[in-house]
Amino acid sequence: MNGDPTPAASTAEPETSEAGGEPQEAARLHAITKSFFGVPANDRVDFDLRWGEIHALLGENGAGKSTLCSVLAGLYHPDSGEIHLDGERVDLASPQQALEHGVGMVYQHFRLVDRFTVAENLALGHPETGFVASRRSLERQVAELGRRYGLEVSPKAAIWQLSVGEQQRVEILKLLYRGVRILILDEPTAVLTPQEAQSLFTTMRAMAADGQAIIFVSHKLDEVLEVSDRVTVLRDGERVGSMETADADPAALARMMVGRDLSTRARSRTEAGSAALSVKGLTADGDRGIEALREVDLEVRESQIVGVAGVAGNGQRELAEAIVGLRRSKRGQIFLGDVDITRTSTLQRIKMGLGFVPEDRMRTGMAGGLPLTANLALKAYRQPPLSKGPLVSKRAVEERARTLEKQFDIRGVRWAMPTSLLSGGNIQRAILARELSARPKVLVAAAPTRGLDVAAIEAIRQILLDERDAGTAILMISEDLEEIMDLSDEIVVLYEGQIMGRLDPDDATPEVLGMLMAGRTSDADAEADAGPDAGPDAAAESSGDSA
Amino acid sequence: MNDSVLLLSLASAIVIGTPILLAGLGEMMTEHSGVMNLGVEGMMLGGGVVGFWMSTQYPSMPLAMAVGAGVGALFAGIHAYLAVTLRVNQIVSGLALVITGTGFAGFVGSSNDSALIYARPKSSLEPVFGEGMQELPLVGPLVFGHDWVVYMSWLLVAVAAFWLFRTRAGLALRAVGEDPATADTVGISVGVTRYVYTMIGGAGAGMGGTYLMVEIFATYQHGITAGLGWIAFALVTFAGWRPWRALVAAYVFGALRNLGFTLQILGASVPSDVLNALPFVLTIVALIIISARPAAARKYSAPSALSIPYSREIR
Repeated sequence: MNGDPTPAASTAEPETSEAGGEPQEAARLHAITKSFFGVPANDRVDFDLRWGEIHALLGENGAGKSTLCSVLAGLYHPDSGEIHLDGERVDLASPQQALEHGVGMVYQHFRLVDRFTVAENLALGHPETGFVASRRSLERQVAELGRRYGLEVSPKAAIWQLSVGEQQRVEILKLLYRGVRILILDEPTAVLTPQEAQSLFTTMRAMAADGQAIIFVSHKLDEVLEVSDRVTVLRDGERVGSMETADADPAALARMMVGRDLSTRARSRTEAGSAALSVKGLTADGDRGIEALREVDLEVRESQIVGVAGVAGNGQRELAEAIVGLRRSKRGQIFLGDVDITRTSTLQRIKMGLGFVPEDRMRTGMAGGLPLTANLALKAYRQPPLSKGPLVSKRAVEERARTLEKQFDIRGVRWAMPTSLLSGGNIQRAILARELSARPKVLVAAAPTRGLDVAAIEAIRQILLDERDAGTAILMISEDLEEIMDLSDEIVVLYEGQIMGRLDPDDATPEVLGMLMAGRTSDADAEADAGPDAGPDAAAESSGDSA
Repeated sequence: MNDSVLLLSLASAIVIGTPILLAGLGEMMTEHSGVMNLGVEGMMLGGGVVGFWMSTQYPSMPLAMAVGAGVGALFAGIHAYLAVTLRVNQIVSGLALVITGTGFAGFVGSSNDSALIYARPKSSLEPVFGEGMQELPLVGPLVFGHDWVVYMSWLLVAVAAFWLFRTRAGLALRAVGEDPATADTVGISVGVTRYVYTMIGGAGAGMGGTYLMVEIFATYQHGITAGLGWIAFALVTFAGWRPWRALVAAYVFGALRNLGFTLQILGASVPSDVLNALPFVLTIVALIIISARPAAARKYSAPSALSIPYSREIR
């Protein structure tokens, strides 16, 4: 059993004689529909996969890529539609069953036991491990599989000692060790350095050459073009099209990915004032200790909304956290007006007029178990009239809550009720009420309308526009291109922690934005980009003086 | 003269260390599954008192031990139901178990028709090895002077170490304690694993309590464990969740327990409260020493999911 852990070609062949017409078909998904809470994440999606190919699944966040993969991996059961594996219709009730059919998925969050060794992780749950797990033969098999596919990793190393890229190799090894022939990689490069990504591509090619089928999920055009044989584009839960990668035109793919007509509403422009927030050469680490922000330069002026576009995970969260003081910046400076706040505490920044609408409104925006009255008082409780010496005036807190409730149209509130029971739109209104009632000079708003219904979205956007007209400088981070195009007075695009381009919203087309978000610089932007990035130091001084 | 006092107190450290070892080893298995059971003291009393009652009825130590283990496991089953099925706070549930077990032992032990406080076991254990081997210098009293329960506890240490770190079942157990979500995705039942090992932990505590009452004191008194269950709980941490270390640590704690008598014989006087606190002080010192060395801290630290209830929906 040591000799050939993947009984590869043998299983594929007998099926072909029966299926006849489609000799190389590894998997076919037919009219897959899957809804969550009535919202379709996949709507009659067709997808087919051949042995020996790398098939890219391209699309924005929320396009339904992960859902489709999870259906094939047995994690989700589709509402309707058929799954055929090797020409045979199957019903996959669990990831275990999918594994038995040779389908395995590497999730974005690794399923590895941190303190176990590589070999132990492979043995875990593997049906062929004997009662007494023989370490030596296991370690030998791991090493052998690793050599075969360029997945070298020490079998004796504990997972926590490995880099993210190595951990990913273990995930792939784990699937190969279980005899997986159809490998799904969900955004595998999101956590990798460029070098690690290259080595992953080498592995993928080796596996494809070995006859295995690989689904490669990505939103990065360059990678898709580099490594895949075919590409299928998803948008809003539907399949837009499939093509041979060799025939694909990058601009056309970008358009397919972003797609929808971006109706720009008549923008009421206001005259921007002096710089209220300046970020210069900001570099910061992400949670994994890898640089998530690299030399970011930004400026937001009074009465201006700067929209930060980009696919999630390209440094947006880190940017917001660094500005509000929740994340240490490694290099660079942050100015509020002309005061350097790089090394000040979050409290000091709040006192100096910085407001923050966090992207995860339940986790970092509100204390979900507390009633709304308390949540609304969370920033203002330090000053009178809410505070009376060491005490907090209950009456003032309630009065204030009632005023804000009316002013911001927060509905359905019963005062003793935990805030977490409110609807998303009302919670977001409440966060804005709390932040804006402190009269901030600068507001950082991350994903302000994510997950809200249409009416709430409109209301929140109007609040932001009104606030801008009142003179506030707003840095709005959003994945929603429509929102970016609609509200921004200037657009910057973040890609892998760097600013990929700066645009006037009037010049922004879906193609240009799509290309920038996928890591491609079009010619027009290359020159526009050159200006502000040229000399960070010089820019820092001049903008500081002009205030 | 002083040598023999030392030797005798070491030998009796092994004896008093045995209930600590049995209960601690059980708790160690429980904690490897990610369940923390603070109720060791209660399970020792509750299981022990029934084991002791058995020994007053019928002259068989194996039977008494088995009954004690069974009752201890039942007590642990209450904790498993609360902590695993209902997902209540494990600290609260464990503390409730201490109170329940203590109350149960008091009720059984002092109710009129049993009158366990006046009863005596019908048999006592003899050393396993013959006189000749017991009289060997040094190893005689230390290694060959004990009853079969002591040797069984050594065997259990070896079995636990092998089970945890060499077998597939041990791998699954540790995966459940480290990362239940991952264990779940590879088809290991988190709930069943946690129930089984929580009850194994209760069985260990029940055996420890029985041995303490039947063999060491040969009597039952209210609150007779006098904190030994808590010492067993501390033992797991002190031993870094490793069985062989637990063997050594149990005898260190046992020696501390005896130190008062030894010191008295030698003419020094130290308040017994100070000595009783020493196992806990030692545990804290061990934690400090371990935490100063990151590599050791990783290796000898608690299972990552210890005392965190697992639910598929909330990840």
